[in-house]
Formats: sequence, C-alpha cells, structure tokens
Amino acid sequence: MMDFGFSLSKSSTINLDTVDTTLYKKLCDMEPDARICMSCGSCSASCTAASFSGMSLRKVILALQRDQDVRPMLSNCMLSGKCTMVCPRAINTRHLILTLYRIYDR
Amino acid sequence: MITEGKQKIWSDYQKEIPDDHWYYVRSCIRQNFFPASEKMFTEITQKVLGKDLYETPHHTTCGGIAYHCDTIPQETVMTIVARQFALMTEAGYENYVPSCITSFGNYCEILETWHEFPELEAKIRENLWKACKREFKKPKYLAHTSDLIYHWRNAIAAKAKHHLVNKETGEPLKIVEHIGCHYAKMFPSKGVGGAEYPYVLAGMVESWGGQVVDYPERRHCCGYGFRQYHVKANRGYSVSNTHKKFESMEPFHPDAIITNCPGCPYFLDRWQYVIAEQTGKTYGKDGFGIPVFTYEEMAGIILGYDPWDLGLQLHQVAVEPFLDKIGVEYDPKAKYLGMNKEDIMRPELPKSIKCC
Repeated sequence: MMDFGFSLSKSSTINLDTVDTTLYKKLCDMEPDARICMSCGSCSASCTAASFSGMSLRKVILALQRDQDVRPMLSNCMLSGKCTMVCPRAINTRHLILTLYRIYDR
Repeated sequence: MITEGKQKIWSDYQKEIPDDHWYYVRSCIRQNFFPASEKMFTEITQKVLGKDLYETPHHTTCGGIAYHCDTIPQETVMTIVARQFALMTEAGYENYVPSCITSFGNYCEILETWHEFPELEAKIRENLWKACKREFKKPKYLAHTSDLIYHWRNAIAAKAKHHLVNKETGEPLKIVEHIGCHYAKMFPSKGVGGAEYPYVLAGMVESWGGQVVDYPERRHCCGYGFRQYHVKANRGYSVSNTHKKFESMEPFHPDAIITNCPGCPYFLDRWQYVIAEQTGKTYGKDGFGIPVFTYEEMAGIILGYDPWDLGLQLHQVAVEPFLDKIGVEYDPKAKYLGMNKEDIMRPELPKSIKCC
C-alpha cells in the first residue's frame, strides 16, 4: 500500500436496522432514567475528566444506542458526581455510570 | 389535471437562459485538469451552433478559491468581480457565463449581497474606480456554461454522431451525473431544477441517449471542498467522501460519470487511483475504474471529435472501455501524440488500477 500521508477514514454511517441495542436495552431495564436523557450535554460540559480525557456521558449513551464500545471513554470517569448535580432531567448519572460498570462486569 | 399541476410546479424550478450573445469567462484550474474542455465549449458554441460568444484575455481569477480558503475577505473578491463585470460592460455584453461552478456561486452570492446591501455595492463601485478607473453594469443574465449546454442539448443531439447507447446491446448507458455543490446548493433558484431536483446534467444525459443512475449518495459532495483538500492533514476526509460516493454507486454498475464543476471530475477521477492504492478496490469492470467526463468532453465525444483532441489521455481512469461501448473509433497509438504528432511521453501506469 502506498503512503500518501493521509488515508481513508472509517465511515461513520450507522445502519439503525442492523445495530445491536442489547446493551442499551439492558441499561434501560436496570436504569430506566437512561430513556429520558435528551442529550443536552450538561453532563459533558460540567465533567471534570472531559477536558483531559474526552469523557462525555452524552456520547456514552449515544454510542450505546449505536452499539459502539464505550468502555475506553467510561474508564476515564472519576465518579465526581458533578454531572448528577447539573442534569436538567434529574437523572442520577453517577448511578447510571456505576450500572454500566456492572453490566460490563457481567 | 395532475400532470398540469406537476408541470406548473416544475416550471418554478426552471431558469431563463438567453439563446445567444454571451460574455465568457474561463476557470483558473480547468485548463490544467481537463485541458480541452473549455476549448470544446467555445468550439461547440461558436463553430457547431454558430452562437456569439466573447472572451477577453484581460479576464482574471474571480478570487473564489482564495475566498473559500479563507485567505482574502469578501470585499476584495467583490472588487475583483466588479472588474470582471466592467470588462463585460466595456465589451457591450449583458449575459455573463462563467466556466467554473465556484465562480458561478461566487457571482450569485455577490449579486445577492449587493441586492440586499446596496450601500456595499456603492462602496465596491468606489473601490473599483479608485483601483483602476472602471465602471460596470451588473449582468442582465447569469448562467453557468453547463446551463448553456443544457439549453442547447437537443441541438447538440441533432448533430450527434454517437449516442450514449451500448452499440452491442442497444441499451442506454448508465450515467452518474454529479453536480458541483456551488451550482444550486447555495442559491437553489439560480440552477436548473434547484437544489432538490437539479436537472442540468440529467437533461443532457437523457437527450444524448443515456440513462441517469439514481443512487443514495447522488447529492453528496465529491470531497474536494477546498479546505478539506488544500490542507494536507484534511485530505483523508476528502478522499473518504469520494470513497463514500463510489461505494454508494457501485451496486448500480455505472458506465461513466458526468460532472459540471472544475474540482469534481478531477477528484472523482484521481481519487479512484488513490482508493485503489489504499484498499485495492476498483469500481469499473475487470480492474478498470469508472471514467469521469466533463459535460464538454461528453458533448465532444457524441459530436464525433477525436478523443485525443479532447484531452482524454490526461484522465487517470482509462476512457477506452467507455469509447468502445458507444463505438467511438480512435487510434490507440495516437494517444500520447501531441498537436504536432510528436510523442508527449507516456505516464507511469499504476498496478492497482488497470489503465490502457
């Protein structure tokens, strides 16, 4: 393969008909508040880890809905709980993240 | 009743294109990429159809590339464009036709801005006078060169020696039409068919016997997008856009692509080699790519011009399989002979994509 100094990016197209949402459904069963997230991004804006690690709970929930691996991002969470304090939907986001840990542990 | 209704709605998507007397301005880059395209436009307009087309060597760039790369402010571009209009006015013309899609978009944007902000137009008139003592009238009609070929498509078809039909099977060839983003996505009312149903190239394909391919990413950008390509770090994004289009059109097995923008044919043509090098994949039959043509080249082919006089030897993707399909006769040995029949040298051929 010739090196041009740039390469093709992986397509970000998501086929919602073929996406496996098992993990997201499991999260919603254990943490029904996940369904009321409106992706406002307040959690990401207030996150202590965000500016250093790219941690974003909004992206985590979106990625789960698209069957993408969220573990690398999730591992950056410091459980500070700031996101819980600012969530306009009063989702216990800290608890939601701990639930996700439990799902992945299983 | 329903047909009448649809025809009425469709009439709203048309634009008025005068039949004659045009002031022509060339593109900065097209003559380097596809050297015979603009020559073929003047040939068809003046010699084949006998129209009045005027151009002047005093014309310069419209400033569009620098503007879209964020290197010069719009007021500078406006003054450059004001000078082009002054040249048109001095030549006694009212109909302005640029060869470049970005220039066309640029002119549309500037005329619209002046319409909304007359004080800005007054300032630009003052700038132009201070800079070069020139005055101008705004064009009465503004069209892109593809609008004119679209307008004359049936007259061209009447003089055609070949049609976009497979000579073996008699089936119409499947043609992908790709329209430059700056044609109608910025100002839908300025393009034939608007931004929703752009018909400028589809009309040519249908008149010349071909069948238009409708595929999911039909309206997606070719990937050039100025800053996406000019900044090397962004070129992966540029080629990824082109890759997305080819992946989308591949299941429909197109025989060729027709374009009306300076950048689109270049990138749809050249990136096929890059994609082949990076993924090993080609999109034509038997390891070839899908040939990409400008609308002037396509018009020249069907009018029976020698493919090598149309500059088709400078395409990355081999055009011979397409020429064979429609029955164009050509001399393979003359492919790399220049105007004086001297050898212009052969390019090194890639192994990843088959070339003739």
